[in-house]
Amino acid sequence: MHNLMDTLSNLSIDAFMGQLMLGLINGAFYAMLSLGLALIFGMLNIVNFVHGAQYMLGAMLAWILLQTLGINYWVSLLLAPFIVGAFGLLLERFVLRRVYALDPAYGLLLTFGIALLLEGSFRQKLGSSGQPYAIPAELRGGWDLGFMYMPTYRAWVLIASITICFAVWYVFERTRLGSYLRAATEKPQLVRAFGIDVSKMINLTYGLGVALAAVAGVLAAPIYQVSPLMGSNIIIVVFAVVVIGGLGSMSGAIVSGFLVGFVEGLTKVFYPAASSTVVFVLMACVLLVKPAGLFGRRA
Amino acid sequence: MTNEATSAVLCVRDLHGWYGDSHVLHAVSFDVRPGQLVTLLGRNGAGKSTTLKAMMGLLDKRRGSILFRGKETIAAQANQIARQGLAYCPEDRGIFATLSVEENLRLPPKIRDGGMGIEAIYRLFPNLKDRAKSVGTKLSGGEQQMLAIARILRTGADTLLLDEPTEGLAPVIVKQIGAVIRELKGLGYTILLVEQNIKFAAKVADQHYVLENGRVVEHIPHAAHADEVRGIANYLHA
Repeated sequence: MHNLMDTLSNLSIDAFMGQLMLGLINGAFYAMLSLGLALIFGMLNIVNFVHGAQYMLGAMLAWILLQTLGINYWVSLLLAPFIVGAFGLLLERFVLRRVYALDPAYGLLLTFGIALLLEGSFRQKLGSSGQPYAIPAELRGGWDLGFMYMPTYRAWVLIASITICFAVWYVFERTRLGSYLRAATEKPQLVRAFGIDVSKMINLTYGLGVALAAVAGVLAAPIYQVSPLMGSNIIIVVFAVVVIGGLGSMSGAIVSGFLVGFVEGLTKVFYPAASSTVVFVLMACVLLVKPAGLFGRRA
Repeated sequence: MTNEATSAVLCVRDLHGWYGDSHVLHAVSFDVRPGQLVTLLGRNGAGKSTTLKAMMGLLDKRRGSILFRGKETIAAQANQIARQGLAYCPEDRGIFATLSVEENLRLPPKIRDGGMGIEAIYRLFPNLKDRAKSVGTKLSGGEQQMLAIARILRTGADTLLLDEPTEGLAPVIVKQIGAVIRELKGLGYTILLVEQNIKFAAKVADQHYVLENGRVVEHIPHAAHADEVRGIANYLHA
């Protein structure tokens, strides 16, 4: 206890808030990525292991568009998710669809393989070192909030992420389209028997989930280095986030995304060595108490 | 093809069905004429529910012929069959736990005009109105059954496949469901009803088909003769 008090009193409030802010920014990406994973898992019953690579594709595409065609950040923010989403539609239609009837392990292996292929081919071309992506001029600088310095771009990422997460949650939980999605997640055969084309819904859901990963990728480009392996670094934590939130739960994915970011930030302040492990400790604790996750519907 | 078959809303001929590798329907044939209420009777495992699933396109594999309004549907997908105006109320009621009562009610899309409006449905099932915001699966068994029937009345479909709507319900609820089914028949719906409750079936149906081991073993064209009903009872309880 004394030790902790010492640490606290030695800590400047600036550094403390700075770490928390970093944690929340990470949390914003965890939330967007786990939301897409939860959406895809619910509809396709596939653990989309290629999600991290699709996030990388978003960032990489923004970088390539800027380097080769001079296309700026704002256009990329729309264009890259659109292209990666379209790639997702094709991937679902021609590849993933073939494994639905098989054991879920095949879906996992298949998407894992595709992730390796994607990451491998970019590494072959660009090497594994990261490329910087400049913050767009409109979002440079920051504010001195008195207790901490808040970079404009990070504030933008937080706001954008919260808005996107809320919008997806709202569509899923509160609209007619969302009721179709929830119903098809629960009993796809019966929804078909009501005259709804569930295959098309599955296709569009996958495209949307993948586009969401790509949006996160573009948002991440100016913060983290754009590298072929940026997705595989983050995806393991994101899987833990999904498990903590409860498989298939939208609000669970969002809340636990920010929660894990926050807890990682706190751990960096008090015991930095554990900051990359704490998410798995948290996951184990949550599973011991609530095996279906914080927001899991099934026991 | 006979006149009878061509005038039928549903004309099922030589229908075979499979769950995976196991062959469960063997050459099932029957007709349902417009505005009629026809029952499929039989014991557990006789193939009644499977016949409905086969008609909706929900089996792994099926063969034979199912004419719906003269149109062949044996190769169609479930969603296409539903779009042609065939509505399905499954045995387990199929109420969605992640949807409110009202969302459950509004889930099946309208396929054509002429379906019941929400207000008319609430008049028929007043309980559902009071529980509109509840989670679908928080309703009692009887209310869930009402909801399962109610939601397919909105779509404009006029041919209903009802799978054991009285199963596991208290006698007073069975009576209410019977009244609803009679009212639907009065409104002109064509209904194919799967039942084990022979007393209930005899009261509402125009004709009966008895299934055993995936085959039609008896056709009783005119219902409600006491000795015929007893005859069917033998199939059900033997």
